[in-house]
Amino acid sequence: MTKQSKTLNLNFGPQHPAAHGVLRLILELDGEVVEKADPHIGLLHRGTEKLIEHKTYTQAVPYFDRLDYVAPMNQEHAFALAIEKILKIEVPIRAQYIRVLFCEIGRILSHILNITTQALDVGALTPSLWGFEERETLMTFYERASGSRLHANYFRAGGVHKDLPRGLESDISEFAKKFPRIIDDLESLLTDNRIFKQRNVDIGVVTKQDALDYSFSGVMLRGSNIAWDLRKSQPYDCYDQMEFNIPVGKNGDCYDRYLCRVEEMRESLKIIDQCLKNMPKGPVKAMDGKITPPPKKVLKESMEALIHHFKLFTEGYRVDKDEIYTAVEAPKGEFGVYLISDGSSKPYKCKIRAPGFSHLQAMDYLIKGHMLADVPAVLGSLDIVFGEIDR
Amino acid sequence: MFSLQDLEKKINSELTTKINSSKIHHSQIYISIDGEDLLEVILFLKNNENTKFRQLIDITAVDYPQNDKRFKLVYLLLSHEYNKRTIIECFINEDEIINSITSIFPAANWMEREVFDMYGIKFKDHPDLRRILTDYGFEGFPLRKDFPLTGHNEVRYSEDQKKVIYEPVKLEQNYRNFDYSSPWEGTKYMNKINKDK
Repeated sequence: MTKQSKTLNLNFGPQHPAAHGVLRLILELDGEVVEKADPHIGLLHRGTEKLIEHKTYTQAVPYFDRLDYVAPMNQEHAFALAIEKILKIEVPIRAQYIRVLFCEIGRILSHILNITTQALDVGALTPSLWGFEERETLMTFYERASGSRLHANYFRAGGVHKDLPRGLESDISEFAKKFPRIIDDLESLLTDNRIFKQRNVDIGVVTKQDALDYSFSGVMLRGSNIAWDLRKSQPYDCYDQMEFNIPVGKNGDCYDRYLCRVEEMRESLKIIDQCLKNMPKGPVKAMDGKITPPPKKVLKESMEALIHHFKLFTEGYRVDKDEIYTAVEAPKGEFGVYLISDGSSKPYKCKIRAPGFSHLQAMDYLIKGHMLADVPAVLGSLDIVFGEIDR
Repeated sequence: MFSLQDLEKKINSELTTKINSSKIHHSQIYISIDGEDLLEVILFLKNNENTKFRQLIDITAVDYPQNDKRFKLVYLLLSHEYNKRTIIECFINEDEIINSITSIFPAANWMEREVFDMYGIKFKDHPDLRRILTDYGFEGFPLRKDFPLTGHNEVRYSEDQKKVIYEPVKLEQNYRNFDYSSPWEGTKYMNKINKDK
């Protein structure tokens, strides 16, 4: 008797808790070994790029919060930078510091979520309970600055919407003092944990060459020992004044990527400290009345301010005819905005380059030959969020 | 390290006739080429010692319905070694088929699928040219300028048929797109009058 072997097709998701959202992954299995993975994406497609073409530049900002919704401000940053470069706006120093400060808070937010849910996927429940408490604290900082925990809508071309409320800076600095302890606690649960290592070491290995070929960025690139970080290599805002290191992995497996993320959180804390220490007083948005709205109290007295206010919130500001690509180092990798303006107050085209899109694309390459149980581990270490992949 | 200007010169001298125009803008190199030279140019930029644009950042298209060549295809490349970015553009007709660059960059697979999905541009020798972001069975190309913002179909759960059904979009109120441009310099009718003058 010969045993017949047959491949089995398995639908993973779109409602699977370890699919990190609405991923439908069609797996071809030979026993427990994955032969082929075909991710079906787009279940969260909302037509962001089309919508942005019909909105003014100010109205387009909230759409960026809804892409990678675990680190919203980092994405607003890319859009704001694109407009600023076209219009050649000088951003006040204080605004630059505030933006960098909140981008780093966003990075910690995203990394906590990723590390703890990855641990959850491979069987550890406690880290997520500990981590989410800290995320809640960070989101209160978001709320106090912007009025909203998640969908901040805080960065503007030319600066930020409002100055920080009184007391926020000292509260953030207090958090930054306490947080290394929490990272240590999380690490004590995971880093040397036998089960966590068994599930992650040597799983989903990416070589240097493949990391480049598959357009990886962020931790996916650094985990494979390529020291590339846009904050260092193409600094924007005041990142060139910050001192921090770029942690890199050695083997390019899931475990190294986890270690990179942990170290990046520590580096983020360094940047937060420097921001709080060196942040000067001063305006938080560009003084050009044609681009940033006037303060409320001037509205009652100045005719010019009133006209500016009215025009900004009906027509919006106009952006000269131009074409630009700007990228920022978002927590998940290179997040870019390719913007074509046509001189009107609405973008002609706004392509959003989401890091997760390229990462998920490599799923087939990463998982081929691994066991079914490794699928959640690899997915977890890709750090995918469907808001940005499906757009 | 060499400057952007040197890099631009080098690319121009090596590829000479294949480059229609190039410029440096926002500290990136913008290169305009013809659709049929695409493979050679990308391959050169990736492998040449002096350029080493070894990472494909993104592929996208822009729709200009009023142009003879309707679509502009855009390729964004990044060189880690030299820390430079380049934007390659080529204009193509609506029915033109362009070569796929999946053989050079495997990452181009999904990016080209997305361009196909959104604009209906077909790629030759693409291994798996399916729709990617839109719904199963979707018709039309949403990012074309003549595609309505509201789309054509809407989805709801029907209590009678006990299943999800597709229906033509019914809006309680028409989509309103006010022209807020300044009446003495920007609105459409003023632009038309100024142009006629």
